[in-house]
Amino acid sequence: MSATPSIRNRLFSVIAVVVGGLLFFCPVLLAADSFKVGGVFSITGPASFLGDPEKKSMEMVVDAINSAGGIDGRMLEAVIYDTEGDPQRAVNAVSKLINRDGVIAIIGPSLTPTTLAVKNLVESAKIPLISCAAGIQITQPVTPWVFKTAQSDVMAVATVYRHIQKSGLKTVGLLSVANAFGESGKQQLEEQAAAFGLQVVAAEKFGDKDSDMTAQLTKIRKAAPDAVVCWGTNPGPAVVAKNFGQLGLEMPLYQSHGVASPKFIELAGSAAEGIFLPTGKILVAGLLPADDPQKAVLTNFIEQFESRFQMPVSGFGGYAYDAMQILAKALVGTDGDTEKLRANLEQVTGHVGVSGVFNFSPQDHNGLGADAFVMVRIKNGTWELIQE
Amino acid sequence: MQELLQYLFSGITNGAIYAVIAVGFAVLFNATELINFAHGEFVMLGALGMVTLYSSLQLPLTLAFLLTTVGVSCVGFLFERFAIRTVKRPEPIVLVIITVGASIFLRGVGMLGWGKDAFSVDPFSTHPPFSIAGAHLLPQSLWILVIVLGAVVGLHLFFNRSLTGKAMLACAISRRAAWLVGIPTGRMVQLAFVLSAAMGAVAGIIIAPVTMCSYDMGTLLGLKGFCAAMLGGLGSLWGGVLGGFLLGVLEALGVGFLSSSLKDAIAFVLLLLILYVRPAGLLGARKVQRF
Repeated sequence: MSATPSIRNRLFSVIAVVVGGLLFFCPVLLAADSFKVGGVFSITGPASFLGDPEKKSMEMVVDAINSAGGIDGRMLEAVIYDTEGDPQRAVNAVSKLINRDGVIAIIGPSLTPTTLAVKNLVESAKIPLISCAAGIQITQPVTPWVFKTAQSDVMAVATVYRHIQKSGLKTVGLLSVANAFGESGKQQLEEQAAAFGLQVVAAEKFGDKDSDMTAQLTKIRKAAPDAVVCWGTNPGPAVVAKNFGQLGLEMPLYQSHGVASPKFIELAGSAAEGIFLPTGKILVAGLLPADDPQKAVLTNFIEQFESRFQMPVSGFGGYAYDAMQILAKALVGTDGDTEKLRANLEQVTGHVGVSGVFNFSPQDHNGLGADAFVMVRIKNGTWELIQE
Repeated sequence: MQELLQYLFSGITNGAIYAVIAVGFAVLFNATELINFAHGEFVMLGALGMVTLYSSLQLPLTLAFLLTTVGVSCVGFLFERFAIRTVKRPEPIVLVIITVGASIFLRGVGMLGWGKDAFSVDPFSTHPPFSIAGAHLLPQSLWILVIVLGAVVGLHLFFNRSLTGKAMLACAISRRAAWLVGIPTGRMVQLAFVLSAAMGAVAGIIIAPVTMCSYDMGTLLGLKGFCAAMLGGLGSLWGGVLGGFLLGVLEALGVGFLSSSLKDAIAFVLLLLILYVRPAGLLGARKVQRF
């Protein structure tokens, strides 16, 4: 009789192993005939204005592709995690996607710092990543597995400077937020100034939680520039716009594409009037001339997004929308082979997206040209397209 | 000269806000020896309260002001009643950690209640900025100064002239002795929380029109206010005021004459310096003179 318990024990352990194994492998077996695509966005936290529409847009594209029959007859499955805008969480989410979920590609993260934090991870795991962040450091220098769909601040700075140059102005004062977005913008603003015949006479910074920028603007006023360029994301630049008016400064004020949303006009109120800023075309889709190549794509995206989510569209969702569309295009015929997928991504050219016309190449993993931005001016509480 | 004046205006405005936050810290520290790290969140609630009552519901200014202050005081009251008083062994470190937890909780409440976006609030008066020797002074800055000074003088009178205020002061000096002479010390502690929360609310209300209000605005303001309180001497009413103005003006001058990237560093370097040279703060040398 003494053998019985031990047999029973062995039986139990065999069952446990089988059940455990089934539980463990089942999802993989079931999912084998769909393409798993990861998404990492800052869905909550301070940068939720980016991550939330990005997540929604990605899901929207995935659903649209699946209802049209998937890719090569295989469905797409999106696995999306929240980074809360925190680089450490982004790293955790990406390694979870790679090691546990076994995704074949990743879309996101939403921010430059979070993207840079996961860059090495995807490079060593050899998983293609299409970031939705703007920082130029993401794709310059080019690394094999990292792509991005958001316009770089290089192009935004060029668009702003071109407008300043055309207006016949010579000197600029810079005011940038003390975070990655502002630093990267400031660097570009300083580097590109000479190419447009401009001189930077003042460069000040403000913290992204600062409540008053009068002191910085006073210092800029002393340097008497022909134009002031403020580089930041909400809400700081709205405070700058208010303080600018309160100090009675008269030179033109330029803001970055970081505040290109109706929220900025709402925050700055009447102080927003007359401000110039570069933006992706989505903000002014209705104002674009009919022959603009992006007009149809933009109208379609806006209609889809607004009817599904019942909330106003922002350009940020477009980054994930483009990324998912491009990924779907490159997935065709790869059978889930990441090396082929990567090679295909580099071949995508002439893709008309929300953020611009993408022409990827082994040397260019962003694929956008200077036409991705247009200049707008805020007039009567809305945008006015400035024709080049 | 014009610049210097402008820096001073900017510094005094910010300083007044730091001052009233610091006073909130002082009031509470006096009665309880507790540093409330959720104090910045009361500021946030005050500002967001104004967003709802003044901007959205369009209530008259005084009514919105009063309702917000009362509302946030109630939050302070509930905080004391349910988070602080229920602690079985109220050791300082436990209580401080509770306040840190409360700050995270309140921020979460703010996020759920008002969303993640920032809001702006109209200034109290639409008068254009005053121009003094080429420098511009906002009408809102005057509002801030008047309200802050009013609040601090009111508190000063309360502590020195009213029986309740004196009873609270007695609590601050020795809670046991106060209890022995029949002062309800528990109620005094509660009152300190309410007053402190009200001070936070006032700071939030007056800062709302100058800046953008969002659920996460309180943390940095709370830290700056804490710096100001330490600078002036923790627990000293006028020390907090002095510390606040000093911090605000030094920050503005630092931006003007050194570098704007050093703005936040100035507060914390100053704090370290003060702690090293004069650990009790500028006005906090002798404990008996706390008020």
